[in-house]
Amino acid sequence: MLRVENITRDFGGLRVLDDVIFEIEEGTIYGIIGPNGAGKTTLFNIISGLLKPTGGRIIFNTIDITGLKPHAITAAGISRTFQNIRIFKEMTLLENVLVGMHRLFSYSAVSMLFELKKKRREEKELREKAYDILSIVRLSEKAGLKAESLSYGEQRKLELARALATEPKLILVDEPAAGMNPAETEELMGEIVRINSRKYTICLIEHDMKVVMGICRRIGVLNFGKFIAQGSPDEIKNNPLVIEAYLGRDETGA
Amino acid sequence: MSDFLISFWQTYNTLFYTIFIHGMLGLSIYLTLACGLLSLGNAAFMGIGAYTSALLTMKAGFPFGISLIAGGILPSMVALAIGIPTLRLSGVYLAMATLGFGEVVRVVLLNMEITGGSMGINGIPQKTELWHLVLIMGIIIFFFIRLRDSKYGRAMEAINEDEVASSVMGIRTTYFKVWTFTAGAFIAGVAGGLNAHFTYFISPREYGFEPAVDILTFAILGGTKTFWGPIAGSAILTVLPEMMRFMGPYRLAVNGIILLLVVLYLPNGIVSRGTFISLKKLFSERKSNA
Repeated sequence: MLRVENITRDFGGLRVLDDVIFEIEEGTIYGIIGPNGAGKTTLFNIISGLLKPTGGRIIFNTIDITGLKPHAITAAGISRTFQNIRIFKEMTLLENVLVGMHRLFSYSAVSMLFELKKKRREEKELREKAYDILSIVRLSEKAGLKAESLSYGEQRKLELARALATEPKLILVDEPAAGMNPAETEELMGEIVRINSRKYTICLIEHDMKVVMGICRRIGVLNFGKFIAQGSPDEIKNNPLVIEAYLGRDETGA
Repeated sequence: MSDFLISFWQTYNTLFYTIFIHGMLGLSIYLTLACGLLSLGNAAFMGIGAYTSALLTMKAGFPFGISLIAGGILPSMVALAIGIPTLRLSGVYLAMATLGFGEVVRVVLLNMEITGGSMGINGIPQKTELWHLVLIMGIIIFFFIRLRDSKYGRAMEAINEDEVASSVMGIRTTYFKVWTFTAGAFIAGVAGGLNAHFTYFISPREYGFEPAVDILTFAILGGTKTFWGPIAGSAILTVLPEMMRFMGPYRLAVNGIILLLVVLYLPNGIVSRGTFISLKKLFSERKSNA
């Protein structure tokens, strides 16, 4: 579904991503793990169009999306969340989801000015749909509240709902467990698994290995901008390169 | 009574006209602020509109309506041309760039022959009537009301809150920014045309740095949470100096002091929830004292 081909990215003289190659199959939960500063978020920024790669290509469902603008990539069917939650705090939950649905509205400025039937109908239909999306993450009761009034865990869920609203095929989830307690993390992982069971493909970034082991079918390990291993959770757990990246080398050489 | 009203109108009608024109200018900057852009080019756009429409009525003999519309179109064309390169700047940088643009416009107006140089243009026919102002203001307000609960209004609000997140939501952020910048220039240009056709005289000085900051002040004082804010802000800042005439040369200081107090105690402006809450508190305290 998504094929990342030889992606490289330099910041000044620093190579943050070095020849990254991997592929995500449709319907799966793919995990990307790696220590802090390994280049995980940079990779997401490149896939979602916020950054341009220095070299390489990204193919999504046979279309080359390398270097497209973020809104075009969203339209192609890739959506994302952010590590440092970026919901629209001053807007209500419902409005947050409606912003995510922006491109599903097709009425024109003329329709808006004269309140034509098309505008009223679309606003009504998509508002109902926005409620449905909020109920997927069990936030529909709070639809009218301002997003800033939500707890941290709920804000993460709202961000997921907003990502769903763009009607994506692939959702990139950037460190959902950051800043959450173990109970919240577990609930959110359950949420992600349920979203995946609704036929959404998910790519998850995490630096805490334990979080991804349970839910990902395939894992790629990024260290200093390079993919050092790929495979099933069990393979990754026993891979000496991964253990070295996370725990350091054993100097005594047992 | 009617004598009083007539004399009141004769003394203060200029003030009413000015309130409307300032209101339009406040709304023109609100449009860009609502999209998260701090643009200080609106005085210059107003100037381009004023000169365009004044010259068209005087030299080309165009009907008032047409020269007004042309006075809106030319500044929006200029906005389109300078907006595409500059709108990638944000915050203070955009403010600086638009101030620089304003200075360019002022110097050009000052040095061109057709604009009358530093003497400006004299004897512009007085064509603006109160109903023109009411009508045009009505159209602008209608537009803002309809914008509020539409996908366009939501997209602007989203861009204002977080541009990166908005772009990932599928919103074409650059398109919206250029569009609001251009539409804001159109409103400012029309306001300039209306103003020129009632003040009789225009000169480059009226479209320089100071008016650019004044326009921003209308919006900041009134608040930018809704479009009523800039309207209220410009009305207050226009009427206040008149009411303070008894203070002589110090009266403009009152504007400054009020701005200071508003920014300190009502950071979201006069038309905001903060005002509502403090008023409620004030009244409930009075009740409990009684």
